[in-house]
Amino acid sequence: MNFRLRVWRQKDRKSRGRLINYDATDIPPQASLLEMLDIMNERLLLRGEEPIAFDSDCREGICGTCSLTVNGEAHGPDHPGAACELYMRKFKEGETIVIEPFRLKSFPIVKDLVIDRSALDRIVQAGGFISARTGSAPEANSILVPKHDADVSMEAAACIGCGACAAACPNASAMLFTAAKVSHLATLPQGETERVRRVVSMVHAMDAEGFGNCTNIYECEAVCPAEISASFIAKLNREYSRATLKRSSGE
Amino acid sequence: MFVIMIGDLNSHTPHGPLDRKWTNHKDHARLVNPNNRRKFEIIVVGSGLAGGSAAATLGELGYRVKCFCYQDSPRRAHSIAAQGGINAAKNYQNDGDSIYRLFYDTIKGGDFRSREANTYRLAEVSGNIIDQCVAQGVPFAREYSGYLANRSFGGAQVSRTFYARGQTGQQLLLGCYSALCRQIAAGTVQMFPQTEMLDLVIVDGQAKGIVTRSLRTGKIEMVAGDAVVLATGGYGNVFYLSTNARGCNVTATYRAYKKGALFANPCFTQIHPTCIPHAGDYQSKLTLMSESLRNDGRVWVPKGKEDCAKPPNEIPHTERDYYLERKYPSYGNLSPRDIASRAAKEVCDEGRGVGPGGRGVYLDFADAIKRLGQETISERYGNLFEVYEKITGENAYKVPMRIYPAVHYTMGGLWVDYNLMSNVPGLFVVGEANFSDHGANRLGASALMQGLADGYFVLPYTLPNYLAGQVGKRPSIDRPEFKDAEREVRAKIDKLLKINGNRSLDSIHRELGELLWNKCGMARNKAGLEEALEKIPKLREKFWREVRVPGDGEDFNQSLERAGRVADFLEFAELLCIDALTRDESCGAHFREEHQTPDGEALRDDENFADVFAWEFQGANGTLNPPKLHREPLQFETVHLTQRSYK
Ligand SMILES: Cc1cc2nc3c(=O)[nH]c(=O)nc-3n(C[C@H](O)[C@H](O)[C@H](O)COP(=O)(O)OP(=O)(O)OC[C@H]3O[C@@H](n4cnc5c(N)ncnc54)[C@H](O)[C@@H]3O)c2cc1C
Repeated sequence: MNFRLRVWRQKDRKSRGRLINYDATDIPPQASLLEMLDIMNERLLLRGEEPIAFDSDCREGICGTCSLTVNGEAHGPDHPGAACELYMRKFKEGETIVIEPFRLKSFPIVKDLVIDRSALDRIVQAGGFISARTGSAPEANSILVPKHDADVSMEAAACIGCGACAAACPNASAMLFTAAKVSHLATLPQGETERVRRVVSMVHAMDAEGFGNCTNIYECEAVCPAEISASFIAKLNREYSRATLKRSSGE
Repeated sequence: MFVIMIGDLNSHTPHGPLDRKWTNHKDHARLVNPNNRRKFEIIVVGSGLAGGSAAATLGELGYRVKCFCYQDSPRRAHSIAAQGGINAAKNYQNDGDSIYRLFYDTIKGGDFRSREANTYRLAEVSGNIIDQCVAQGVPFAREYSGYLANRSFGGAQVSRTFYARGQTGQQLLLGCYSALCRQIAAGTVQMFPQTEMLDLVIVDGQAKGIVTRSLRTGKIEMVAGDAVVLATGGYGNVFYLSTNARGCNVTATYRAYKKGALFANPCFTQIHPTCIPHAGDYQSKLTLMSESLRNDGRVWVPKGKEDCAKPPNEIPHTERDYYLERKYPSYGNLSPRDIASRAAKEVCDEGRGVGPGGRGVYLDFADAIKRLGQETISERYGNLFEVYEKITGENAYKVPMRIYPAVHYTMGGLWVDYNLMSNVPGLFVVGEANFSDHGANRLGASALMQGLADGYFVLPYTLPNYLAGQVGKRPSIDRPEFKDAEREVRAKIDKLLKINGNRSLDSIHRELGELLWNKCGMARNKAGLEEALEKIPKLREKFWREVRVPGDGEDFNQSLERAGRVADFLEFAELLCIDALTRDESCGAHFREEHQTPDGEALRDDENFADVFAWEFQGANGTLNPPKLHREPLQFETVHLTQRSYK
C-alpha cells in the first residue's frame, strides 16, 4: 500500500518543530503503524537522513510506551488499542496520515514523537499504593473479595498508563488515569485503610503537575486502549468528596 | 578446543535436609543493623518483577537504593506483558498440591538440569508471594465465594496457577511498581528511568559500580555502590524475532560476563508453542497467545497433506490429527512447552502445517464453546481473542486460531550461587537474567514466581549476608577502575558512530536471528552449529564495516542505543552456539538431533552432562578467544533422575 505521511519532527525540547511530508510506498497491509515507521526509518537512514524518533517497547498494547496522535486522535482511529496495535490495512490506499506526539503541557516533547510522561509516575508516587511491607502480608485467602468487586477493581487496574486520556482531553485532564488507580484500590478491602489519604494526595499531585479539570467530555474514554470506563471518574469524585468531608469533620 | 574446569564452582548450597536448608540458612545469615543500612548504597539495574521487588524491599529495609531501567517509567518493564499466571503451592483446590510437588514438577519440567536446593526454595516461598501480592491489591481472579481462583498450566496435573484475566504480569508488576513508588516517595529509592547500564565496574575483585548512559541526554556517568544487582531480564531478542519487547537485550549481563562474571547454560532457550505465526519480513516481533489457552483449546493439523489448504471447518473430525492428545494421552494439550513446540515443528516438517508457508497448527475452541458456551470462553480468554483478531483479522470464536512456536524465554543467564551472587563477589543476579531455577526448560507461570521470589524473599536475606562484611568499602568514582570503564564505554560509542556504512541495524540483526533460528532453534545438530559458528564472526565483521549509526552520542539517539545492543548480541550468539555444541546431549529445550529416544523425545546423558555449564570470557584478539568452561556438577539428593514422560 502507499501513503502520504505528515510527521512531526522536532530536534529537542526547546527547538520548534514542524510537520514534514514523506511518501510511504510499498507498505505491507499486515504491518502495524510502528512497523511502517520502522520501514520508513530504514529508508531514511539509507538516504542519509535522520530517522524519526518514536517510542515503543512491547508492541502488543500492554506496556503503554507508544504515544502517538494519528490523524488527530490519540492512538489513531482503531479504538480500543494502542498505536502499536494499529494496522495499515485499516487505512485507505493513498490516504494522508498525520503522525504527531501526544500534545499537552504536562508531557513535554523530548524529540520528534517522543514525550516525557514522568508526571504520571509522580501522581502514583503521591499515594497510588497500599503500604504493605514485604513479609507482613496475612494468608491470601483470609481476605475475601466478592467476585464482583474483584472484577470491577481489575477493570480499573487494567490502565496501561499511556496518558492518551490526558492527550485526548480538551482540558488536558488526567482524571481518568488518576480515577483508575484510585478506584482499583478503593474497591478492594485491602485499600480501605489508606483510602482517604490516597485520593487526596493523588488529586493534589495531579493538580500540581498542571493537568486540567474534567468537564465530562468523555474523549478520554473514547481513546483509552484499556477501555477504562469514565464512570470511574464519577467514583473518583465521590471518593474525593467523601475524603474531604471526613477530613473536615476531623475524622 | 576449550579449557575445561570441573568442580571449581561452589554453589554454597547449605547442608541439611532439603526442606530445612533455606530456614537454616536464613537463621545463620549475617545481618546488617538498622542504623547501618542507610550507609549502604545498592545499585539495582532493572525494574521488572525481579528488580522492582528487590529495589522496593531493600528500600523498605532502609538501604539506599539506586534503580535503573531503559524505559521511560519502571512500570513498563517487560514483565508487564506476561499473560497467563503465576504458580504457587497453596493447594487451594485440594487437588494434592504441595511444596514438594511444585518443586518436583519444576525439576522434572526442567529435565533435571537445575539445582535441587534453589528450586525447592522457590516452591517454598511461592505461597508468600501470593500473600504479598494480594495485600498490595493485585486483583487476582476470584470465585463467587470471594476466594482466590486457580487455573491449570502446562507440565502440571494440579491447578495451582493464580491469574488476573490475561494480564497477570501487568497486575503483578503494577503491584511491585506501587511498592517501588512508595519507596521513591519515601526517598529510599532513587529511580533513574531511560538510563542504560553499559558496563560493570570491579574494584579489588568486587562489583562496586556501573557506568551508565542517559538515553535522553546521552550523558555518561559512573555510579559507585556497595553491591550491584542485575535484574535485566532475558536475551531472547538475540533471535531478532521473539515475544520479548523491542528493547530487551543482553547488554548488561554480557558486559558483566566480559568483566569476569560466568555465563551459565546460554543454550537453554525456550521456544513457546502458542504464538501467532510469523507473516513477513516487516515484522518486528512475535505475539504470544497465552499457554492458558491450551486448557480449553485443542491442537490439531489435518491428517493428510492434501487437506492443509481447505478451510478448517470443512475438515471432519476423523480427518484431523489431534497430535498432542494422541502422543501424550495423560497431559495432552497441556504437555510442557518444549515438547509441544517440537511436536508442532514435526508435523509442519511433515508438510501438514497450515497457513502461509505451512508454518502453523490449529488451536481450536469449537468443542470448548459447545461445552461451556461462548460467554465462558470469552470471560476466560476474551482479550486474547481480541489481540488475535487485531493482528490476523480472524475471529477465533468462528475459525480455529493458527499458532506456531516462537522464542520466548531464556533459562540461561549469569551463573549464581545459592545466595544469587555471581562468581564476582558483590554482583547479584535475579529474575530471568540469572540461570538458576528452571534447568533446561521452564514451566509456564514459573517465571513470574521466580522473579518475585528472588526480589521479595531471597535477595533481602542473602544480600545483607554479603554487605555485613563491606562496611565503609564503597569506593570513590575517582578510582582508575571507574575511569577505565568509562573510557571503554566512550570508545565503543565513538567506534559505532564512525562506521558510517550503508546497512541498517535491523537488516543485520534479522540475518543473525534467522541464522540462530535455523541452526540453534527448536532442534540443533553438530553440523548446523558449526556452520553457525563459522558465520557469526563474519556477520560481526560485516556489522563493524557496513552498518550505519547516524547522529551523535550527546543526544537522544535511538539508533545508537540499538547499535550497542545488536553489537553485543553478535558476540553473545557465538557463546550460545558454543554452549549448544559442547552440550552433546539433549535435555529439555536443548534438542540435539543426534540424541533422541526412538520416539523422538530428548535423550539426556546424565553420566556426562548432569552439570551446569558456566563460561568464562577469555578476551578478544581480533576474534573472540574461545571461552573457558567451568562445570558445576548437579547433585540430586532427593529426586531420582528419570526419563521425562508426559504420556
Ligand atoms: C509475552 C510474554 C508472556 C509471558 N507470560 C508469562 C506468564 O504467564 N507467566 C510467567 O511466569 N512468565 C511469563 N513470561 C515470562 C516473564 O514475564 C519474564 O520472565 C519475567 O517477567 C522477567 O522479569 P525480570 O524482572 O527478570 O525482567 P524484565 O521484566 O524483562 O525487566 C528487565 C528490566 O531490566 C531493565 N534493563 C534491561 N537491560 C538494561 C540495561 N542495559 N540497563 C538498564 N536497564 C536495563 C529493563 O528496563 C527492565 O526494567 C512471559 C514473557 C513474555 C515475553
